[in-house]
Amino acid sequence: MMISGAEIVIRCLQEEKVDCVFGYPGGSVLHIYDALFKQDQVKHILVRHEQAAVHAADAYSRSSQRVGVALVTSGPGVTNTVTGIATAYMDSIPMVVLTGQVPSFYIGQDAFQECDTVGITRPCVKHNFLVKDVKDLAVTIKKAFHIASTGRPGPVVVDIPKDITAQMCEFDYPKTIQMRSYNPVVKGHLGQIKKAVQILQEAKRPIIYTGGGVILSDAAEQLTKLAHKLNFPVTNTLMGLGGYPATDKQFIGMLGMHGTFEANNAMHYADVILAIGARFDDRVIGNPEHFAEEKRRVIHIDIDPSSISKRVKVDVPIVGNVQDVLEEIVKLMDSGFKTDPDVANWWKQIDAWRGRESLRYKQSEHIMPQYVMEKLYEVTGGNAFVTSDVGQHQMFAAQYYKFDKPRRWINSGGLGTMGVGLPYGMGVLMANPDAQVACVTGEGSIQMCIQELSTCKQYGFPIKIINLNNGMLGMVRQWQEMFYSKRYSQSYVTSLPDFVKLAEAYGHVGMKIEKPEDVEPALRKAFTEHKDDLVFMDFIIDPVANVFPMVAAGKGLTEMILAEDL
Amino acid sequence: MQRHIISILIENESGALSRVAGLFSARGYNIESLTVAPTEDPSLSRMTILTSGSDEVLEQITKQLNKLVDVVKVVDLSEAAHVERELMLIKVRATGKDREEMKRMADIFRGRIIDVTESTFVIELTGASAKLDSFIAALDAGLILETVRTGVCGIGRGDRILKV
Ligand SMILES: Cc1ncc(C[n+]2csc(CCOP(=O)(O)OP(=O)(O)O)c2C)c(N)n1
Ligand SMILES: [Mg+2]
Repeated sequence: MMISGAEIVIRCLQEEKVDCVFGYPGGSVLHIYDALFKQDQVKHILVRHEQAAVHAADAYSRSSQRVGVALVTSGPGVTNTVTGIATAYMDSIPMVVLTGQVPSFYIGQDAFQECDTVGITRPCVKHNFLVKDVKDLAVTIKKAFHIASTGRPGPVVVDIPKDITAQMCEFDYPKTIQMRSYNPVVKGHLGQIKKAVQILQEAKRPIIYTGGGVILSDAAEQLTKLAHKLNFPVTNTLMGLGGYPATDKQFIGMLGMHGTFEANNAMHYADVILAIGARFDDRVIGNPEHFAEEKRRVIHIDIDPSSISKRVKVDVPIVGNVQDVLEEIVKLMDSGFKTDPDVANWWKQIDAWRGRESLRYKQSEHIMPQYVMEKLYEVTGGNAFVTSDVGQHQMFAAQYYKFDKPRRWINSGGLGTMGVGLPYGMGVLMANPDAQVACVTGEGSIQMCIQELSTCKQYGFPIKIINLNNGMLGMVRQWQEMFYSKRYSQSYVTSLPDFVKLAEAYGHVGMKIEKPEDVEPALRKAFTEHKDDLVFMDFIIDPVANVFPMVAAGKGLTEMILAEDL
Repeated sequence: MQRHIISILIENESGALSRVAGLFSARGYNIESLTVAPTEDPSLSRMTILTSGSDEVLEQITKQLNKLVDVVKVVDLSEAAHVERELMLIKVRATGKDREEMKRMADIFRGRIIDVTESTFVIELTGASAKLDSFIAALDAGLILETVRTGVCGIGRGDRILKV
């Protein structure tokens, strides 16, 4: 039977078991929206700005093992998605973005709402396509899902001219796809894995350093098993939180710019680093020359060969899917593996570092943001999905909310995009309808996608917005305080709205919390009495609370500034 | 900083060239020359890029190129025995006594004169890039009207074959 291109798009989504798309209509996608209207298998979430559609699709992926999908119109619809696409790209999130395009015969003529979608998105996608023939449509969408979700995942854009969505064609969805130019590796090289096991056995001061790759390949279970067998300390990057249970005694905290004293020291002084799905980026190892001063051996497991030896020379590269490789390592260890006895001394050293209690903070008459995070953790029993924006509040959430499970910590690590928090909450709820979702944000960030309060009303998303309101672009202010002699250039947010009234105007519940003793009761109320409501909790916090420890840009990992130093 | 000739087999899709060029500019890699044309199998293009960089940079260039979804194969030709050629067309003023001199120079460099007017020659010259450079250097600069070069293309010697 011949069906239209628009119907083909919807049938493809159904074949891919896509249960919802996040989108916004417009001229070029009207045929697709019409086809969407005529069925009810694929739900549509109407956002208030295309950026939010892409963030929500991104969080749908992050919080599940499925691929999020966004659908937008040509021109401004597309340009509005760029921030969202780049955000997903930097964190290797699988996602398919379907974009309308002006009719093929208008392309290149500066038609109304035309833009070069493939050109504009090229540097921030894993791959993109312009469909030129309705006969290629189904295969292209199949390829998009395949490319997005395999190898090192990433966003894929499919640009579909309007005339193609009207043309009729036989629908035939391929079951599998073969591409001679795209064959990502899965299994690690056995010889390399054996070498790694040998080195792990000789390690005296080992560390397991893991990133987002563990989450993306669903390898948390394998990682935990391996770490327990080895009895090595484990540290996570910002993207890796939840890949290893934070309440486990071998967990030594997050590392990097705002990592713990013990994690950063252990990373620096380790004689063997087992790096798993992490990429030694500048926020993690600080100054690379300083990092290179210590002699060590590095084993690096990653699906992407280009991440290996990019910033730190690696001794044993293992290219492969993290989950498969970890399973292989555990298998090889079973036969007579012995951890070096010196590791016991290493643990003593680590415990001494832990004794510095680098996350301790002083209470004051103001609400301390750290305290709000500790209480949020208690009240939600550590089971919430925490989405976050970007700034000090993000670091406080990462430091004080102990994630025991993967895919619960949803934030923009690589691009650091303010504004993601609220739309991320929407995406999480579409993938996990019964989840408790807390969006930890700041008064700066929340205003970057505040319009989504309206979407939340329409679909009844009961997100708990934890606004750590310091009246400042706090992270900017912290740098200005420390490195620009307190010249607070444009980091003070004046004319803030009354967030309680704002929430109410959108039909939600608003709360303003100003005293430390009110923090816990307010949170309890929000998560019980208002379980099914969106609650905007405006916490008026200490305006000058800073994030510590801190490795200043250009400094070495061990050259941390601690709260106690000040 | 070493000179490298990277050969790429890439799907002959529209936009493939801009993916490669975009990768080089986004990551700050050098492109000294780039040539591209379809192969005997019209669904594939072969691209040759002349670049330079440290060993680490070259390792990243090959890895990043391999990551592009349209790229089928990548080799660094300069890692082993290979031959390389570049084609140049050069238009020179050829009047009076210069006419004989130009013809003589073209012969010495094994170039061919492929277009003749009363006052100009177009000389075709192929060879390693260095040979083309020295030809230009050997001419009286005032007589050169126009040059156009294809950029380097290269191929492995003997059994070194780049094919799907
Ligand atoms: C879109 C975007 N613009 C600018 C920045 C730079 N930036 C990083 S943190 C920050 C301040 C965030 O302020 P707020 O949301 O109030 O959080 P706080 O640091 O106060 O907790 C800014 C401006 C960014 N990360 N993203
Ligand atoms: Mg703030």
